[in-house]
Amino acid sequence: MKPLLQVHDATKHFGGLTAVNQVTLALDEGEILGLIGPNGAGKSTLFNMISGTYRPDGGTVRFAGEDITGTPPHLICQRGLARTFQIVKPFANLTVVENVMVGSFLRRGRVQESEQRARQVLEFVGLSPYADQPAHNLTTAGRNRLELARALATEPRLLLLDEVMAGLTPTESRGIVSLIQKIRESGVTLLVIEHVMKAIMTLSDREAVLHHGELIAVDTPSEITRNPEVITAYLGGDHDAPRH
Amino acid sequence: MKRSILKPTHRNWLILALIILVAIVILALRWEQTVFWLSRYGIVLRQATVTGLLIGGVYGLVAMGLTLIFGVLGIINFAHGSLMTVGMYLTFVLFTRYGVDPYLSVLITVPVLFGIGLVVQRFIIHPARNAPEHNQLLLTLGLALFIQNFLLVLFTATPRSIRLAYGRGETPIGPFMIDFPLRIWGTTITLPKLAAFVFALALAGGLYLLLQRTDLGKAIRAVAQDRDGAALVGIDTQRINMITFGLGTACVGAAAALVLPFFFVDPLAGDTFNITAFVTVVLGGMGSIPGAMLGGLIIGLTQELGVVLAPSSIKLLGVFIVFILVLLFRPQGLLGVKS
Amino acid sequence: MTLLGRIPRDYLILIGLVLALLTLPSFLNQFQLSIAILILYWALLGAAWNLMGGYAGQFSFGHAAFYGIGAYTSTMLLTELGLSPWLGMLAGAGLAALFGIAMGYLTFRYGLKGPYFALATFAFAELLRLISSELKFINTSIGIHLPLTGGDSWQRLQFEDNPQNYFYAITILFFVGYLIKISLVHSKLGYYLQAIREDEDAAAALGVNLMRYKVTAVAISGGLTAIGGSFFAQYFFFISPELVFGVPISIDILLGPIIGGTGTIWGPLVGALFVTPLGELTRAFIRTPPGFLSFIEGRSGLDVMLFGAILIVVILFMPNGLVGLGKQLWARVKR
Ligand SMILES: Nc1ncnc2c1ncn2[C@@H]1O[C@H](COP(=O)(O)OP(=O)(O)OP(=O)(O)O)[C@@H](O)[C@H]1O
Ligand SMILES: [Mg+2]
Repeated sequence: MKPLLQVHDATKHFGGLTAVNQVTLALDEGEILGLIGPNGAGKSTLFNMISGTYRPDGGTVRFAGEDITGTPPHLICQRGLARTFQIVKPFANLTVVENVMVGSFLRRGRVQESEQRARQVLEFVGLSPYADQPAHNLTTAGRNRLELARALATEPRLLLLDEVMAGLTPTESRGIVSLIQKIRESGVTLLVIEHVMKAIMTLSDREAVLHHGELIAVDTPSEITRNPEVITAYLGGDHDAPRH
Repeated sequence: MKRSILKPTHRNWLILALIILVAIVILALRWEQTVFWLSRYGIVLRQATVTGLLIGGVYGLVAMGLTLIFGVLGIINFAHGSLMTVGMYLTFVLFTRYGVDPYLSVLITVPVLFGIGLVVQRFIIHPARNAPEHNQLLLTLGLALFIQNFLLVLFTATPRSIRLAYGRGETPIGPFMIDFPLRIWGTTITLPKLAAFVFALALAGGLYLLLQRTDLGKAIRAVAQDRDGAALVGIDTQRINMITFGLGTACVGAAAALVLPFFFVDPLAGDTFNITAFVTVVLGGMGSIPGAMLGGLIIGLTQELGVVLAPSSIKLLGVFIVFILVLLFRPQGLLGVKS
Repeated sequence: MTLLGRIPRDYLILIGLVLALLTLPSFLNQFQLSIAILILYWALLGAAWNLMGGYAGQFSFGHAAFYGIGAYTSTMLLTELGLSPWLGMLAGAGLAALFGIAMGYLTFRYGLKGPYFALATFAFAELLRLISSELKFINTSIGIHLPLTGGDSWQRLQFEDNPQNYFYAITILFFVGYLIKISLVHSKLGYYLQAIREDEDAAAALGVNLMRYKVTAVAISGGLTAIGGSFFAQYFFFISPELVFGVPISIDILLGPIIGGTGTIWGPLVGALFVTPLGELTRAFIRTPPGFLSFIEGRSGLDVMLFGAILIVVILFMPNGLVGLGKQLWARVKR
């Protein structure tokens, strides 16, 4: 079977800094791939290249067999590749359900259908009680779920999640973990950036480790924790080393 | 590694170069006519160049005030021109009532407009700091309406001007006696325009030094760059906001006194300067101080040359065309850096 | 307050409002009716501005460009070809929409936002003013008088004998304008525009084509504004570049929605209800001031000066407009 997402030699420079350097990565349909690495490793930049926010300086991105390198973000989303932002971007002055409707309009042009779908998604992520409140009233945990709900509402085949557990309590994080598992069970493939190691270890089938813009390992979670290169990368930085 | 050869900005310059090339080719092909035209319009063109540069210095000063306010407070001050009109009437009254020389009255208009700027920032702009962005723009607009019509009530719409007692024939400038108007290379330079240019440049230079060299200037630049960071290192950002607004309006205070000897004042007089200042600020890169001066000179030139070259009788037409071209091709301004 | 419940409500309000409006001419005298005409006219223009400046968040400071295109198009078609102003209006709206598409495409392509975009719209309007002042075939800066044909004619949109027909005409235009606005706001387009206003990157990541929807907003807003311009020409019988492309028009158009509340359906109408009588009142106040203020009588400029002061006060104390203030008060009452 052909992989759903193929990143080949993707490279991005910012001035003199090479944020992502020739990263090659593939995702199979139905799997959860965790993307980890210390702060500033280039994880979000890689996301931005896949989702069309940044145009890669080199390399290609293929999605479902087609070359999408340099395609604008809205077209990539229309093809079925959705993402969340590390710094959440709620439409603050719209209500929660209206936020999600912006996503669900992609597949349904009519307001009623779009709203119906949006409410289903809100039910799914557990935000139903807040549906008719303005988005700026939500807590951090609520905003992260909203970010997820909006992306889900576009009905993607592949979903990129950028630190959706950032700033959450352990209990809240566990909630998100089971939510992500539910999403996978519904048939969506996932690429997940996460700093919360425990969560990512339980979630992902495989893990990819970025360090200084380079991909240093792709392996199962248990192998990753034994990989000496990965351990040095984390000990070099002032970050939690990956452990169970 | 795959890289596009032409970045968008390069493409723009290429288009521009192509246009210039085509123009040169056309001129070369029609060389006889060109020579005839140049000989006929030569003096006019030179005069327009000189006048444009001289008035451009004042535009630059006005634009510096505007750009300073934009750079630090992030608002476009639509009352900038009306505040200049206030300065012009102040100069006018000082001259006609008390016989104060307009160049001396700079010493009064600058502090007065500085004070007005402080008050405006404190009582009109500051209270709206957390409101939607466009509210501040509308506040300055309301202020402009208020000032314009206040002046209309006080002075009526009749244009007024003043006439210097000196500046024609032999005039002592320091130790020298100079015969005004100056005639250089076939052009005529009057004393008021020359004086306005020289003083405007000097004041602009002074402001630039103030921003670069003094502690206050450093604080202002720090706030412009990173408001929160500046607050963290102990800068009172609201105080800086006030002072910046005051400095910005002080610029039009000076410009007002400088232009009155060769301009007229009516309740809308300053707004002409404000419109050119908008263009100038965009041209120079919003928030860029040297850019504002450079932009001022370019706009002065465009305006005067435009009138000679195009059949239009309207000075601003060329200015607006340049404005739109800059917005479209170089929105970060001539000296600005792309964010 | 669910969304499904809200959609028909705005339509119902509009229909009820228009039905009530149609009875007005039997209550109001000539002067009051002329104010009512102005209110509806500014409400229409404000609604047009609001689609682009309020919903899509693309703050325009140059709506006079569209307004002037409308005024000149219908007038030229009328004077040169004898075309009915109703058709002229449509043509003007079409032209203004095309102009909006061109302007929007050029400015958005270079990523102009916020103050830059506002200044660009301002420059485009000024450019049209200056160019139209030079064009011989529209009589340069002198302007054009519309031909008076005498009597009443719906086809020519001129009512010398029964001026209240102007009221019916503007009510029709108001109705159509608001119908368009309400249906757009409650459609996918409306949601997309608001998403763009709130966060462009997030909207794009959800599949929203930023350029397409922003340009659409400019085109529709411009087209509706042009209709207001055509109506003005028919009502005032005279247009000139200064009058229809000038900065004051751009300001007056945005005052209503800003004071009423941007990004709301009824904000522009509420704003016009507030601003228009306010302007008239200050003018009347200056014309015949109370005894102790008799020295201000007839002083030109005082009215606008007062208006400027009121504008400042209103914006300082109601940053979210009258509708925003109303919502705030309502929330407090409910609690
Ligand atoms: N738009 C940009 N302009 C310049 N430099 C950037 C930009 N975006 C990211 N960088 C730099 O690129 C590097 C990689 O950043 P990136 O955000 O991809 O890291 P990350 O792995 O997501 O880190 P974190 O875990 O903190 O989110 C960093 O050094 C960052 O400063
Ligand atoms: Mg990141």
